[in-house]
Amino acid sequence: MTTAIANATSAPLGWFARHEIRLAWREWLSMMTGGRHRRKRAAITGLLVIAALMHVPAYAVIGRYAALQAPLDESQSIILTATIMLAWALMLSQAIESVTRVFYARADLDLIMSSPVAVGRVFSVRLAAIALSVTAMASLFATPFIDVLMFGGGVRWMAAYGVVIAIGVSATAAAIALTMTLFRTIGPRRTRLVAQILAAIIGAGFVIALQIAAILSYGTLSRFAVLTSDAAKAFAPSADSVIWWPARAVLGDGQALLCLLACGFLLLGTVMACFSARFSDTAARASASTASTRHVFRRRGFRSGSRQQALWRKELTLLGRDPWLVSQSLMQLLYLVPPALLLWRSFSDSAVAIVLITPVIVMAAGQLAGGLGWLTISGEDAPDLVTTAPLPPSRLIRAKIEVVLLVIGALFAPLVLALLLASPMQAAITTAGVTIAATSATAIQFWFRVQARRSQFRRRQTSSRLATLAEAFSSIGWAATAALALALPLAALVTGVMTMAILGASWKFSPQRT
Amino acid sequence: MNSDRSALHVRGLTKRFERPAVDGLDLTVRAGEFYALLGPNGAGKTTTLRMVAGLLRPDAGTISIMGLDALGDPVTAKQVTAWVSDEPMIYDKLTPLEYLEFVAGLWGIDAPAAEAYAHELLSSLGLRENMHERCERFSKGMRQKVALAGALVHAPRLIILDEPLTGLDAVSARHVKGLLGERVRAGCTVIMTTHILEVAERMADRIGVIAAGRLVAEGTLAELRHQNGKTDTSLEDMFIALVGNEATAA
Repeated sequence: MTTAIANATSAPLGWFARHEIRLAWREWLSMMTGGRHRRKRAAITGLLVIAALMHVPAYAVIGRYAALQAPLDESQSIILTATIMLAWALMLSQAIESVTRVFYARADLDLIMSSPVAVGRVFSVRLAAIALSVTAMASLFATPFIDVLMFGGGVRWMAAYGVVIAIGVSATAAAIALTMTLFRTIGPRRTRLVAQILAAIIGAGFVIALQIAAILSYGTLSRFAVLTSDAAKAFAPSADSVIWWPARAVLGDGQALLCLLACGFLLLGTVMACFSARFSDTAARASASTASTRHVFRRRGFRSGSRQQALWRKELTLLGRDPWLVSQSLMQLLYLVPPALLLWRSFSDSAVAIVLITPVIVMAAGQLAGGLGWLTISGEDAPDLVTTAPLPPSRLIRAKIEVVLLVIGALFAPLVLALLLASPMQAAITTAGVTIAATSATAIQFWFRVQARRSQFRRRQTSSRLATLAEAFSSIGWAATAALALALPLAALVTGVMTMAILGASWKFSPQRT
Repeated sequence: MNSDRSALHVRGLTKRFERPAVDGLDLTVRAGEFYALLGPNGAGKTTTLRMVAGLLRPDAGTISIMGLDALGDPVTAKQVTAWVSDEPMIYDKLTPLEYLEFVAGLWGIDAPAAEAYAHELLSSLGLRENMHERCERFSKGMRQKVALAGALVHAPRLIILDEPLTGLDAVSARHVKGLLGERVRAGCTVIMTTHILEVAERMADRIGVIAAGRLVAEGTLAELRHQNGKTDTSLEDMFIALVGNEATAA
């Protein structure tokens, strides 16, 4: 007995690391299979097929750079470094999400903190596991691109994996430091929301910032316009600057790669040493804050109205009170900032310059409607209540769909109104595009509806791969149709029919039909 | 098909998942009666009640609620029915009052009357201090009370409760039992599943015991004792004897 206790107290960290990796693997697998274990083999096969297919677009995008050799000229260095920074920003966004989840969503904190182990060491392992999962995910996405570069340019491109590891580790370190600093400064309650919004902004912010700079400087949405400009070259540091290490490391410079890896691991080690001891305290405060959050609403009396109106009010109230949803949607809405800016810039110019805005708006409307559609149709926290209510299911669903279209209308009306001043025809086509894209995305959510809690929103895209793909292709299809309707109306007919075919196929294979 | 005095009349109710969950069940609950449905885990109690509440479509059989065909005209039947599950499903981001406003709106209840009754209900369930707070910080017991208030706010004639006392402290449980007793005295019919046999013993007018999807015994406590052949035996002993016999037979 005494030996058992002693063993438990000094439980090796390797055992806990294995436990963490197993949890991460099962969580990932569950996301990939929609929680259905029987699909495990199909999911892995599907992933391998997708990974193989990804080599085609990877070749199209990056194939021509395989012969790139050091030394690079200034423009090449800037573009390569900016691409690595973009990857770093995306990993930082992912790591912030993961760290926040450890604080707020893990059900095992009570178990760990009440167990006879050194909590600081356990949390060190957990932080390392986050770094590992962020890096592994990034490596997975990078593999087709690196494969293409290795195929065309030789094994020296293997060094790119080293860079992925270095930036994954450093992004995790930055995420931990940032989240813990937020805890200290604004408290656990606000940290959850702020961290999630930050994650969304950081994830999309880098690309959008480049686009905004390009619009303001060159009147185009292309981020490369900024990166290859003379102004960027003028600001670029000298060739031996540390800034270029990641670019040099990717090209196979062993010394730069070693330095990057050393810096990354040193940073993570330092952050873990500084924060892992405080992690348990922070986690305890986070769980306590979740329990003690108190929102008090003094409000007017019950409102009269139809059953439909009661459903509208409920859905709109829930959407309005869900800051987490706001942060999730923010990423999609952020993409509207550059086209809005382009619209503003191009207002006095010819309508041709602003044609680009229409597909972006239509695409954003489709994607946002998909998210809102899931929340209102599938994300019902009281399914028994609404099912046992005395109204036909069709009226219930209709009310939910109306809410989605209402919100989309309210969000996109200002943009369409601004377009109306510039080009009434474009405004009309954009309105039609937004309406059709939003309706299509909502219809897909309706066909593929599953009962879930709203808090499972993050997993909506994994509950049905087919629905996710259909939603994406439908939004892209309607965006292309709207753009072509402005430029080549006959071609718009073709893309319109193709998109309708996608919708038809989605309906045909939807579980609600079969 | 059913007598005028029955609140619920079920005939040949059948539901099969991987195996039969409810197997040709016949059940009649009289109007104004407190009926306790007992049975071991997996006996088919919840499946039965979910079919009655309109949450599950039976494979076969008929369900009549207050003389209304619940399968042919579910909307009308739902107008007089309330359902409370063992796992309280409410909206975290709404306050109890807002939740009750939504329920009243769904059932088309007059707003001023519903508001007054909602205040009364929440106060009687000990939630007066919390009625303007979001439900997200509520304990399971508090959430269960909100769900129960939601079921009562539209003044149903048939209340179906699946393990409503799970997770409630003694004081809350007494509140709930008191409220249900009041509703029965006011002419409402209550059907409740419970594993707390003492509650069934004290509160129920009649008790039904279900096992393997079939009703194996039914009656008042005295009738059950008489069927069992022992006048001084406890409900627990009878339940174990009945369910044990059924399990052996199965």
